[in-house]
Order: sequence, then C-alpha cells, then structure tokens
Amino acid sequence: MCITCGCSDDAQPTYTRPDSQNGHVHPHRHPHSHSHTHVLADGTTITHDHPTHPNHSHSHPSADPAGLVVPVPPNYPVTPASTSPIQSPSPAATHAHAHGTTLTLEQNLLAKNDSIAGQNRSWLGERGITALNLVSSPGAGKTTLLVKTIEDLKGAIPITVIEGDQETAHDAERIAATGCSAIQVNTGTGCHLEAAMVKRGLDILNPPNHSLVMIENVGNLVCPALFDLGEKAKVAILSVTEGEDKPIKYPHMFRASRVMVLTKIDLLPYINFDVQRCLDYARQVNPNLTLFQVSATTGEGLQDWYDWLRSL
Amino acid sequence: MHELAITQNIVEIATQHANGARVRRLTLEIGQLTAVMADSVRFCFDVCAQGTPLEGASLEIIEPPGIGQCRLCSNQLELDQPFGICDCGSMQIDIVQGEELTIKEMETEALCV
Repeated sequence: MCITCGCSDDAQPTYTRPDSQNGHVHPHRHPHSHSHTHVLADGTTITHDHPTHPNHSHSHPSADPAGLVVPVPPNYPVTPASTSPIQSPSPAATHAHAHGTTLTLEQNLLAKNDSIAGQNRSWLGERGITALNLVSSPGAGKTTLLVKTIEDLKGAIPITVIEGDQETAHDAERIAATGCSAIQVNTGTGCHLEAAMVKRGLDILNPPNHSLVMIENVGNLVCPALFDLGEKAKVAILSVTEGEDKPIKYPHMFRASRVMVLTKIDLLPYINFDVQRCLDYARQVNPNLTLFQVSATTGEGLQDWYDWLRSL
Repeated sequence: MHELAITQNIVEIATQHANGARVRRLTLEIGQLTAVMADSVRFCFDVCAQGTPLEGASLEIIEPPGIGQCRLCSNQLELDQPFGICDCGSMQIDIVQGEELTIKEMETEALCV
C-alpha cells in the first residue's frame, strides 16, 4: 500500500485523456503485465513494470520538515490511547526505556500535500493560469455546469478541465465532447484529489498560458476541504435538491470555499427548498462567500457566474 | 475516509524522524474544529504502525477545543463548529484555536552504546 495516498494496489490514481489519439494515458489496472508510470506524492514520476509481482512497494522521499508551529494552549484533555498489548518485556527493552529520547517535531500532517500544492500554484502563476477547485456532493451538477460554461465561454476564455472521480472517464468524455481539452483522474478508492494528482494532471494536460483550469474534485463534501491543490479558489456547488442546510451540515467545505454556486434553480417550483434560508446558512458559515444562483438548463443566473470567471 | 491516508502520513513522518530507533510514544495535536476525527486516527494507528518502528507505540492525541475571535469586537468565544455568532451579533469570526493538525513530539528508545 502506498503510504502517502493510502491507496492500495487496486487504488492507484489513473489518468485518462479522452481527447488524445490513443484515448488514454493509463487505461487499465495493475494485474496486467506491463510497464507503467505513476506519480509519487512529491511529484516524482516513476515508471516500472509488474510482470510477476503485483504487490510492489516503493518509498517516498522525506517530507518537507518545515511544519506549522502552534502554541501549546494549556487546559484541555490529552487522551492516551491504543497501547499495544505486544510491548516487549525483554531486558534490552527495559534498558532502553531508561534511555528514552523525546523529539519535538511540530510538523503539519498535511505538509507534503501543501508543499506540492505550493509548487502547483507557482507553476500556474508563472503561466498566468487560473485554477478553480470545484467541490460538491455527487450529483450536484458540477459537470453539467462546466459543460454549459465551456460552451458559452468558448472563444472568450480558453478552458481546460481536470476531472476527478473514483471510477470511469464519463465526465471527461462529456467535457471532451465540447471540444475542450480534459483529463480524467480516477482515484480508485481515494475520496479526494491531492496536489500530486493535479500536478501530474497539469503535466499531461499542458494548459495554455493565460487560461482557466477547472479542477472538478471527487464528489464529496468532507475530504476535499482539507487538501489544497494549488487552486486560486474553491468553488462549492450545491443543488437545490440537496436541502438548504448543507452549508451548516458540512461547514468545513463551505468555509474553505470562496464561492458557492446554487444550481438547478429551475427545479425550485417543484421542491421544498428555502433559498433565503440556504443563503443565510452559507453566510453564517462563511460571511465572505460570493454567492451565485444558476440553472445550467435554462441559463438563468449564468451571466453573473460568467462575469465572475472573466474577472479572475 | 481521509483519516487512513493521514495516519499513514503520520507513521511515515515519525518513521523518518525515528532514524531506526523504536518509537515508544507519539503525541499528535488534532484540533476539534478540523475535519479529522481523532477516534478514526486511533483506529487506524495500530494497523498502520504494524511492521514499522512505531509498532507497539502508545498514541496520545491532544484535542484543543475550538476558540474563535470576533473581528469586530475582539471578543473570544468557544466554538464547537468552525463558525459561530459573537454576542455583538457579528459572524466574522477568526478561528484562533481548534484547527491544529500536527505531530508534536515523539519518544524513541535511545540506542545504548
């Protein structure tokens, strides 16, 4: 198992490019006997093959030792846990106990991802490229909004897309059908995109200078909030069929986002959804949220969304 | 969900710093306002530590409660969610405690000469 991304042999991220000649970059999974390339969390690309040993292992280079130093506040509980029953009772161990050394680390648990995200941000900045990280629960309408946005802004803003899903290249195919360059990242069992996956995606996608890269994250309102990808802003997408209290049910995501797009507003006459209450909840969690209300089906409200994209 | 990946990261970082020595105790700080559940990390830890210098180590998790500070009146308030409303009515709250996510320290067995 890869110790950085937590993926198992069956969960290596794969990268599929529906608009390329051969149709894919890494189209199939490991039981094949072939050489292939994948990317470590620090961005290093490794090519190897598995003719007879599907259970390969590899090591990751040292994480950035620079950690986030947090002052130690007093007065809160420290909970010891999980002392393994297999403590060694040997004399050597007892002796070693007398020589325990305490190391102060103060290292941010996400330092490695944040470091790669910083590299992505620099890479994008040098090229004048703006990246947005689109986050939502599954089925909120991210891909539909993207397809409509690409069709309407074609010619005005060059857009490319990195699609994240656990499985299938369906979404990248939908994007590619618009003529837009797209790459599909399949995370396998992974529940979010990480900066290293986006770095690899950008290498393959090679977006033009001064363009807009839309990163459609895995549908999940929890985990993607934690992982910086190097984007300029997270855009949370919420559909009116999900219930107006999503912002306070999943506050981390709405707090981490700069923008919230309320989608499917053409369905409002048919459902019980209090728009004002939803917007109030969103502002309660994040008073600085920029809010849009759109329907990709009727086109209502899209102009404001497009104006915001043009202003980036 | 993501706690497994994060716990594996913890074990990796600690293993690098242990420099071959066995780790007896590891102390983490996971703020109560982070989207990381301390209980899930505990659950994953024994599994992730197997076969590493952390196998058998005790895991301590400090869980700082959430504290916010109002941008308008500078009043501090306790938070059990990553947002809140100040007594002055403002929702412009900066989180000053509760978002910690660090490995604080670890105790290794010194190699005795």
